[in-house]
Amino acid sequence: MLSSVFFYLFATICCLSGLMVVSSRNPVHSVLFLILAFFNAAGLFILLNAEFLAMLLVVVYVGAVAVLFLFVVMMLDINYSELREGFQKYLPLGLFIGAVLLVELFATFFEYSGNIKSLPSPGDVHNTKALGQIIYTDYVYLFQLAGLILLVAMIGAIALTLRKRVGVRKQVIADQNARTRAETVKLAKVETGAGVKEISR
Amino acid sequence: MIAEITLAHYLTVAAILFVFGVFGIFINRKNVITILMSIELILLSVSINLVAFSAYSSDLSGQIFSLFILTVAAAEAAIGLAILVVYFRNRGSISVEDINVMKG
Repeated sequence: MLSSVFFYLFATICCLSGLMVVSSRNPVHSVLFLILAFFNAAGLFILLNAEFLAMLLVVVYVGAVAVLFLFVVMMLDINYSELREGFQKYLPLGLFIGAVLLVELFATFFEYSGNIKSLPSPGDVHNTKALGQIIYTDYVYLFQLAGLILLVAMIGAIALTLRKRVGVRKQVIADQNARTRAETVKLAKVETGAGVKEISR
Repeated sequence: MIAEITLAHYLTVAAILFVFGVFGIFINRKNVITILMSIELILLSVSINLVAFSAYSSDLSGQIFSLFILTVAAAEAAIGLAILVVYFRNRGSISVEDINVMKG
């Protein structure tokens, strides 16, 4: 009973914030509504006894992806009102396609999902342990592949955004390490009263 | 009296989120950042679908695949935003209409 109430609460806030993400005028507000949608989706996951994924959603999406979005939105100096010029033009098309898609989805799964009724009660193994028991055995190659995807994404993002700027003095570690004492330091015997002559290298 | 929550309820939420994501791609044709956020919404709805099916049929495979979707979504967001930053640095705008100058 209480879980039904929480389901409707989370579902309503999730859908409304999803709508606000796409229709908000200010992209910073869009990102903040995206965070709200993720939090409520995590609530839905908890109602489905998937606690591990709920926590992962909060950590990965809210902690990393949404902050990345917020960072880019705030860092780029863009006139966002110019970007919304086509809003009125595309609105009827978007509404039409959305309505058609929604009707199709509803028609499909209300036809289908009648046979699965109730949520099974969780066993004695909790969700995180159960996931761990199969992710390191049955799905270990896929798990490693997921790690590889993240590595490639990290290298790709760094390689894309790294740049060499001209006219900026930067420390070149390799050149510094390649210097020897003989080519940088010279010991000169200066005679008294003669002054310092030009020291040639 | 509120009826018991069935699988269809979760699928409804996911379908509505998916439609909002597609709708967002259509109405924000110029703003790449909002298009990326719409893609995140679509991936979230797919994730909700997978977890709901996994929970109602007592099979953890759905949650594993939801985990992989999370991985791919994070990678996609990172690469997409990196491309966006580089594009903005080169051209000074992120308008989608200008991106076709990259055609060879």
